[in-house]
Amino acid sequence: MADVSGAAATLQVSVVSADHEVWSGDATQVIAKTTEGEIGILRGHEPLLAILSEGEVRVTLSDGKRIVARADQGFLSVENDRVTIVARAAELVS
Amino acid sequence: MAAQLRVYRQKIKSAQTTKKITRAMELISASRIQKAQARVAASGPYARAVTNAVSAVATYSNVDHILTTEPEKVERALIVIFTSDRGLAGAFSSNVLKESEQLATLLRSEGKEVAYFLIGRKAAAYFSFRKRPAEKTWTGGTDQPTFEVAKEIGDALVDIFVRDASDGGVDEIHVVYNRFVSMVTQLPEIVRLLPLEVVEGDEAPAGTDVLPLYEFEPEVGDVLDALLPVYIESRIFNSMLQSAASEHAARQRAMKSASDNADKLIRDYTRLANNARQSEITQQISEIVGGADALTPAR
Repeated sequence: MADVSGAAATLQVSVVSADHEVWSGDATQVIAKTTEGEIGILRGHEPLLAILSEGEVRVTLSDGKRIVARADQGFLSVENDRVTIVARAAELVS
Repeated sequence: MAAQLRVYRQKIKSAQTTKKITRAMELISASRIQKAQARVAASGPYARAVTNAVSAVATYSNVDHILTTEPEKVERALIVIFTSDRGLAGAFSSNVLKESEQLATLLRSEGKEVAYFLIGRKAAAYFSFRKRPAEKTWTGGTDQPTFEVAKEIGDALVDIFVRDASDGGVDEIHVVYNRFVSMVTQLPEIVRLLPLEVVEGDEAPAGTDVLPLYEFEPEVGDVLDALLPVYIESRIFNSMLQSAASEHAARQRAMKSASDNADKLIRDYTRLANNARQSEITQQISEIVGGADALTPAR
């Protein structure tokens, strides 16, 4: 807890499936496909609950690397720079 | 005399054989508890995420949704009972069944009709023996639940809940299962699943976390439509996992006390057998001495 004053410098992302946590870590950007269309989430995004449509969720890590996860029929919640991607069957593609 | 000794030896042998079986079952259950507990823990993040999301929608929106609004009059209530497939687990299944009988009595006294969903062969046997009908039954795999079964049960629950009472539907759903408290304590627990009372998972929510005002995409109603089945599934899955962990713990304890009892039996019968053998020898000696005395001419 180094910086108490401001928000965390990155997004805390976790990808969760029904029987275990698939991945969690810090990231700078999350791009997901909701039923309404693609949505990009950066730090400071307003609280959001969105239903995901079929497709991939792309997470850009702090060091520029990318993680792609499949999260069919899941949802995405954002609050206080915490992003949770939840699906019955979520898995990392790469 | 010799016959008595043989009977004791037989009893010792049978106690030893039983002990071998109960000991093996005890060890198997002990090793499976760990796995079952790990699965309960692993499903935690999902259950928490789903519960948080549902709380957020339910708290910050006043949409009328069939799954959240209290019906004016409850005509039929459904009880979902989680038992085990196999016995030899102490009072595991009977506790849950007893608890659900009480719940059923209570519901009937409130003028509600009661229907059942049964999970586990023990519940199915209990009902078929008493010739009572159950809406649906799932058997097999209670000690290693899979999410597919939870999904199936969840779908069936939503389906029966949205139907009208006159059409075989229900207005209320209760779940009875064994909650895993610790290795030595498993408590039968009743939870009302629908209409929704959001139940937190194993952990209480952090007091400082005030739920923020959410933006919903697409609409609140649609989000709720999509979330609630997921929530129900996750509650059911959680109940199944808890029940499985409890089953292993209960079986381990029951088998441990069975092994201990067998030990005690073996000890007692060994003493009796030794006594019998000794008195047999004593009798033989006194017979020989008596015989020898009789043969010796008196001087």
